[in-house]
Amino acid sequence: MKSRGLFSRTALVLGLIFLYVPILSMIVFSFNNSRLVTVWDAAHSPTLKWYVALFSNEQILRAAWLSMRIALISASGAVVLGTLAGMALARFGAFRGRMLLAGMTTAPIVMPEVITGLSLLLLFVAMAQLIGWPRGVGAVTITLAHITFCMAYVTVVVQSRLAGFDQSLEEAAMDLGARPLGVFLRITLPLILPAIASGWLLAFTLSWDDLVITQFVAGPGSSTLPMVIFSKVRFGVTPDVNALATIMVLLVATGIALSTVWMRRAQRRRERDLQLAAATNL
Amino acid sequence: MRLTQPAGRRLVAGVPILWLLVLFLIPFLIVFRISFSEVRLAIPPYTPLITWHHGTPSLDLHGSAYAFLFTDSLYVSSYLYSLKVAAVSTLFCLLIGYPMAYAIARAAPSSRALLLMLIVLPFWTSFLLRVYAWIGLLKNNGVINNVLLYLGVIHHPLALLQTDFAVYIGIVYSYLPFMILPLYANLEKHDTALLEAAADLGARPLRAFLSITLPQSLPGIIAGSLLVFIPAVGEYVIPTLLGRTDQLMIGRVLSDEFFENRDWPVASAVAILILLLLVVPIMWFQRLERQELEGAK
Repeated sequence: MKSRGLFSRTALVLGLIFLYVPILSMIVFSFNNSRLVTVWDAAHSPTLKWYVALFSNEQILRAAWLSMRIALISASGAVVLGTLAGMALARFGAFRGRMLLAGMTTAPIVMPEVITGLSLLLLFVAMAQLIGWPRGVGAVTITLAHITFCMAYVTVVVQSRLAGFDQSLEEAAMDLGARPLGVFLRITLPLILPAIASGWLLAFTLSWDDLVITQFVAGPGSSTLPMVIFSKVRFGVTPDVNALATIMVLLVATGIALSTVWMRRAQRRRERDLQLAAATNL
Repeated sequence: MRLTQPAGRRLVAGVPILWLLVLFLIPFLIVFRISFSEVRLAIPPYTPLITWHHGTPSLDLHGSAYAFLFTDSLYVSSYLYSLKVAAVSTLFCLLIGYPMAYAIARAAPSSRALLLMLIVLPFWTSFLLRVYAWIGLLKNNGVINNVLLYLGVIHHPLALLQTDFAVYIGIVYSYLPFMILPLYANLEKHDTALLEAAADLGARPLRAFLSITLPQSLPGIIAGSLLVFIPAVGEYVIPTLLGRTDQLMIGRVLSDEFFENRDWPVASAVAILILLLLVVPIMWFQRLERQELEGAK
């Protein structure tokens, strides 16, 4: 028993090192003076010059701003559609189109991105021919594509959260005469709010980060941040990308830490409420 | 059942169904249809499916895109190579991910959340940037070679970048969380009483693991493997940044056909053949997902 615990624990530590070494190396070399990226120039480092270069790079800033707007809209759209789909799958029992919906929400998660990207572009081209919209590809088509692949993730998150709750609370409210919309707003929504929040963050991250699908449905003048990064690093390493990576890692780490604290607090509050409710029932 | 009135229910289910029909299902039909066209110099750059001759429609099906895929060995070899890379990477993900998931599932409950967060955290930072980080590590004058040279293990830099090895590392690195999470979800549910009983009956730990834990964790192994294998077959970014230039993966071939050669029918035919290959694993994954999500009720 003991020896196996040792083996798996060693594997865990080594695995975590494997996961974090590349990220740490980017952070370290973002402060390196040398252009050679991986050769540490001890005499002139650490330096912030790549950060300065980054923030004076108009192309990167413009792309980041575009990606930010696309991700905000896509995540919000994906949350609405994904919550609807998750509700239907978790609460409606058997209905016509259930299999279809279940299939169409799990398939995008594993579908190779090149296929999703190609098929979406061909759709937009066909639509433009048929109904004259969308006119050309760009931010609009990117957003439509992002909503589509992000909503699958939101659906899974919301559905599994709903599956963890039994329907008794909702049924009790119905028995007391609440209307369906009221039940959803007062009971279901507060219950799944953490799932919706993490679904939104997940969707935002996926949209912000997507390269392959975006490349297919983007047009001239709509280069997102991953597209700019990809065209920069495709032909070698550039130090300002290290600086960009460091900033993004810091933002994500802060965001995750804050949301963990927030969720823990919400969890504790709920447990306290449940205990109180149980105590008053006694 | 009673939750919403029929009209409201139809709306709740209907809106996402409609959205996915238009933006997920119909696009595949279009890809399928264009794969039977021929390339032409026009907008759009493929022949129409139905042509009109003196007022009567005639179906214009071409198999030339598919025929082309089987005449040039580039396509077949990219296919087989992608399958090999995806299979090997999935195996390594499993070998590395299983003990990690196991260790987390057996860790003290208070530290599990933190460990899981450490696993998921890299996933939240840019996938593209994490793959890019490996260029800096694997290059000829990269971190790994410099360290090995400094330690005197090697005397000439090893060619690590643009090899199969680099692609395996890239895929294992990027997809490891997808392997660990379903495995953890499975292993965490195991009842340790069975293992204790086995130990009481004199089974050695390895034997108990092989005859109890491993078979019980099979659904987690399959789910994790499918989550890695299916997208890895069509992987584009990792082989483009880290991989060989003399042997492309099929996702890159598709992309090149589309962007470089502007041959939409051939790109579509490649997509259809990837899908044919993946349809069984995808449906398998969907069944597991359904069991997981609906079994939790």
